[in-house]
Amino acid sequence: MSVAQGLLGHRSPRRTWTDRVAVAALAASVIVAVGVLTLVLGYTIARGARAISFDFLTHSMKGVGPLDATGGVYHSIIGTVEQVLIASLLSIPLGLLAAIYIVEYGTNRFAFAVRFFVDVMTGIPSIVAGLFVFSFWVLGLHQGFSGFAAGMALSVLMLPVVIRASEEMLRLVPDHLREASYALGIPRWRTIISVVLPTASAGLTTAVVLAIARVTGETAPLLVTAFGFESIKTNPFDGPQSALPLYVWSQAASAFDVAVRRAWAAALTLVVVVLALIALARLLTRRDRLGVTQ
Amino acid sequence: MAREPRLSATSRRGDAVFRAVAGSAGGLVLVLIAAIAIFLIVQAAPAFRRAGLSFFTERQWFPDATPARFGVGALAFGTLVSSLLALAISLPIAVGSALFTTEIAPPRLGRWIGHLVDLLAAVPSVIYGLWGFLFLVPRLVPAERWLDNTIGFIPIFHSRHGIYGRSLFAAGVILAIMILPIIAAISREVFRQAPATHREAAMALGATRWETIRYAVLPFSRSGIIGAAMLGLGRALGETIAVALVLAASYDVKIHLVEPGGNTVAANIANKFGEAGLGGREALIASGLVLFAITLLVNIAARAVVYRTTRLAEAKA
Repeated sequence: MSVAQGLLGHRSPRRTWTDRVAVAALAASVIVAVGVLTLVLGYTIARGARAISFDFLTHSMKGVGPLDATGGVYHSIIGTVEQVLIASLLSIPLGLLAAIYIVEYGTNRFAFAVRFFVDVMTGIPSIVAGLFVFSFWVLGLHQGFSGFAAGMALSVLMLPVVIRASEEMLRLVPDHLREASYALGIPRWRTIISVVLPTASAGLTTAVVLAIARVTGETAPLLVTAFGFESIKTNPFDGPQSALPLYVWSQAASAFDVAVRRAWAAALTLVVVVLALIALARLLTRRDRLGVTQ
Repeated sequence: MAREPRLSATSRRGDAVFRAVAGSAGGLVLVLIAAIAIFLIVQAAPAFRRAGLSFFTERQWFPDATPARFGVGALAFGTLVSSLLALAISLPIAVGSALFTTEIAPPRLGRWIGHLVDLLAAVPSVIYGLWGFLFLVPRLVPAERWLDNTIGFIPIFHSRHGIYGRSLFAAGVILAIMILPIIAAISREVFRQAPATHREAAMALGATRWETIRYAVLPFSRSGIIGAAMLGLGRALGETIAVALVLAASYDVKIHLVEPGGNTVAANIANKFGEAGLGGREALIASGLVLFAITLLVNIAARAVVYRTTRLAEAKA
């Protein structure tokens, strides 16, 4: 641009200033966005760090009175791990298969419809996913609240994320790899399993980890499916269960300082878990030798 | 896509099986969306029968009382107003930061900014709720007071009952933060699709950076930005926990946004579910069905717009 300026000579001050003001405004919006992120994470980490302790991570809320400063988040960690695991088991295989269908076989109207509604499904409010499982599992089949119901609600939210992200990764696998495999007389399904999937594996793992990170923090669907519980419960099929986000919600709603302290400590725990998952995903991307995810 | 070789009968059978399995996994998505609608309708039906058409106009929420009086009148209003306010705050910032990342910043810095803005989407909504309630709301009180004092003659910035922070305005601000990353991410994608040749032509004519954006990028991206905004709106309409924590729930329809109170459909479900009886829960499912229908329509429209833009770009490329 400076070369062009030099060649074309004078640029009016009005144009120069309009440009400067506009670019400054764009830069300011970046500063606002990143500033808000810093404030949210910074404040949560600062408040949480003052409230968290080893005891907090290793104790449940069993027998803790409203004014006791004791009690912790152990039962909620167990709940979250189990519920997210159930959601992953339900949605990762299905999501991968659906993504394979869209990318490898998807030239017809049906595949287009699937792709379109996967996108639409990412916009379903999480509370609606929860109410759906409540309607069908708790009211319809009389199964009651449970960690498993929560896992199903989370899988409704996770499925479109897994499909969309895997789809992108599979598209990055170059066609000449598929062609080379066909040239060797290998059928399409074997090509997908032994050539396409291994090539995209790093990218697919990243996609899956990011999907897990996304549903780990979901609160609203758990409210109407897991419902919440005060003590340790390892069986996700046995009635109401706690979860980290639910714990933050219930402690935050309390008027007592001790509960608010616990809310911040649990919030920090949750943020650390989610950020660790995202960091893991980034690390996996970096180790991707084929450069599929670059 | 590569052409396949001629294969033996067993290989072709393997292919047919694999294709059918993968295809039915894809079809499950369509089945799931239909199932969500069907189960919500079935379980909400008793509530609709009890309330009749008043469900859409009634402002109170006493589904377990006798006689029961409940409806989404006030809730729908609060949902719409807080979401539109969120969009009004978020859209310029999201589009501005997307333009900066794609058009102004050097690629490396742009990627970093993109990652950081994406990180806003990774923060769980319950954290936004806690932060909004304990950090943001107390700090918004002076801002709301200032709005009331200086432009209070505009009814939406005037409060008749004092200012305490937990208002639809505060809900709008927290929602604005939460929908910023999705609007920014889609906008970035849309701006990248703008043809490089137009940009280069503008620069060759001596256009400034802003003129390049104004005449070579934005005209091409208009419908994509509209799609991004609608996706953001869909997110805001359905957001539950953050709003439930920030708002001091009340069931009234008022244009004074900085006044305490107000409520949204989603937040009401979170607040009322625990204490509700069977009738109350059916009523909450009915309100959830209304929310599902609205967000589904907004999302379908938004995706249709975004699809058209990106496909046009692919066709031109």
